[in-house]
Amino acid sequence: MAPNRFKTLFARKPQGLLNLYITAGYPALHDTVPLLQTLAAAGADILEIGVPFSDPLADGPVIQQTSSVALRNGMTLKLLLQELQGVREHLPDTPLLLMGYLNPVLQLGMEEFCRLASAAGIDGVILPDLPAEEYAAEYQELFRQHNLRPVFLITPQTSEARIRRLDELTDSFLYLVSGPGLTGGNQTADHGAQQAYLQRVEALNLRNPRLVGFGIADKASFDAACRHAHGAIIGSALLRALDGAADPHQAAREFVQRIIGPPIPAR
Amino acid sequence: MSHYQPDARGYYGPFGGAFIPEMLYPNVEELRAQYLDILADESFRQEYQQLLRDYVGRPTPLFKAERLSKHFGATIYLKREDLCHTGAHKINNTVGQILLAERLGKKRIIAETGAGQHGVATATVCALRGLECIVYMGAVDMERQKPNVARMRMLGAEVRPAVSGSQTLKDATNEAIRDWISNPTDTHYIIGSVVGPHPYPDLVARLQAVISEEMRRQLLEQAGRELPDYVVACVGGGSNAAGAFYHFLDEPAVELVAVEAAGHGVDSGKSAATTVLGRPGIIHGSRTLLMQDEHGQITEPHSISAGLDYPGIGPLHAFLADSRRARFLSITDADALQAAQLCSRLEGIIPALESAHAIAALTALPLQADDVVVLNLSGRGDKDLETYLRELHLA
Ligand SMILES: Cc1ncc(COP(=O)(O)O)c(C=O)c1O
Repeated sequence: MAPNRFKTLFARKPQGLLNLYITAGYPALHDTVPLLQTLAAAGADILEIGVPFSDPLADGPVIQQTSSVALRNGMTLKLLLQELQGVREHLPDTPLLLMGYLNPVLQLGMEEFCRLASAAGIDGVILPDLPAEEYAAEYQELFRQHNLRPVFLITPQTSEARIRRLDELTDSFLYLVSGPGLTGGNQTADHGAQQAYLQRVEALNLRNPRLVGFGIADKASFDAACRHAHGAIIGSALLRALDGAADPHQAAREFVQRIIGPPIPAR
Repeated sequence: MSHYQPDARGYYGPFGGAFIPEMLYPNVEELRAQYLDILADESFRQEYQQLLRDYVGRPTPLFKAERLSKHFGATIYLKREDLCHTGAHKINNTVGQILLAERLGKKRIIAETGAGQHGVATATVCALRGLECIVYMGAVDMERQKPNVARMRMLGAEVRPAVSGSQTLKDATNEAIRDWISNPTDTHYIIGSVVGPHPYPDLVARLQAVISEEMRRQLLEQAGRELPDYVVACVGGGSNAAGAFYHFLDEPAVELVAVEAAGHGVDSGKSAATTVLGRPGIIHGSRTLLMQDEHGQITEPHSISAGLDYPGIGPLHAFLADSRRARFLSITDADALQAAQLCSRLEGIIPALESAHAIAALTALPLQADDVVVLNLSGRGDKDLETYLRELHLA
């Protein structure tokens, strides 16, 4: 059985984990794998590769925009999975996830998707519009065979019973949506409510580590999210930093530094 | 009815389900757990019936259209949903859903709209019950259905333009769902057709079923028979068709005819004929027939009619198409326009562009002289006059 890179990572680094999301095929069609390398080298602990979709229901304006640029660039799920074959030569240990909507996956075929993702060395899959019940009934065995782990979202409205059920269904991490809203929103505005929610989930003593996402945009919101979780996920803010950058790699490195580097002295 | 009712997970055969992100789970689950009880509750039923009668103006007439009958060579009855308050069948659903929202304790109502009829019907019931109302509408549709934008504003609703994609019904629905994700506790989403995650398709079909309930009764009174040979309705998402078919689904003697928008023609690349061009896929939380490219990206539909300009259909209709219980036809923009003119001039009834597709489909049926056809005239054409005058060169 192949190793569980999530377990290895969490054992080595139990807190302050930085998980970064990029949209595949953005800013340019073939930027995906080189950007993953840059981000890992700069200090990202986990990487999520967004599969662009025409109608991303849970995403805010930034990821809507990067997705449509990526689609116009010609990115497809098939091409992405091709480009990812061999990614493990450069990134042997970083947990890698594919995140996207269900329809492109179903058109490729769930089996084919799992086979190709697994061959590329992908560790986890986030399909927000695949409900846990449907996963458990239809795809759990397939995922297991291919050493792929699902990641489930939890929100402030998710009941304790349901959180525990989702926690039982995977061996990766739980994605704590930071508050009501879409990716890139301003969920962190209500700081008190967010901290109370993160503490409530922390107190459940779940099996899986917890990473907080949606609306995490800078060092302050990253640090706040990490206080009662194992780490945080940033997507829209990073993509905004890449938008229009002369050198996306340089922009990516600088972005990671702003999140995990030493505090920037006030000028 | 069992065969055409969804199962416990909301499936009609292979179609349906609830493919929603976790953020929507509590809302949709709350609705799923309660909708059947609420619909069956005596106080709900009384209030719903009374509003349908005294506010909507039901029952709507079943009108024997003599001159259209002569033209098409069969007996044609028009079910006059255009005479509903606000001018279309959409209000049957919104009256029911606003009562449901009240019972769920919701304070804020959101809706999507294409032609604007569902938006107007939602704004109307929100005004009636004093609830805040926000309607998402594609920017293109706001332009081509201006009178309805004005009506919504007069009724006190906020109309928010959807500017993504083709800026039509699909995109308005995306924005409404995004709003619901962002407002997970106080908001009810009044979806306008038999689309979306379970239980919406079943909920909306049940609220529109009054159409076929009345058809059966009225046909018996007028023609001495409860069952027509054909029931014909247009399909955008499919709510007026679901309502018109509902009480005939288990009557195999009745041929159900669903009419989609062919746009410029099904092979033109500018069409909304989902059952011809679509394959199984997921849109707005439902597994159904969907227009998409080989990579699973949803393709932009086209129809001159904003209410039919949608790349999917409700899962019940996908099942009716797949199982061949219903015959699906598609009608071009040009033929719909001609049919609108025909109905206006022969019967003195200006139909909505959506309903005009159903009228145009009569040409494509192998009608016999003794056939009885009930056509669901889903709405009136006031909102489409600008388009009619321009396209039919009447201005
Ligand atoms: C008059 C009328 N008919 C039909 C439709 C299409 O919707 P559905 O297929 O749900 O009946 C609309 C939608 O806006 C409409 O306004």
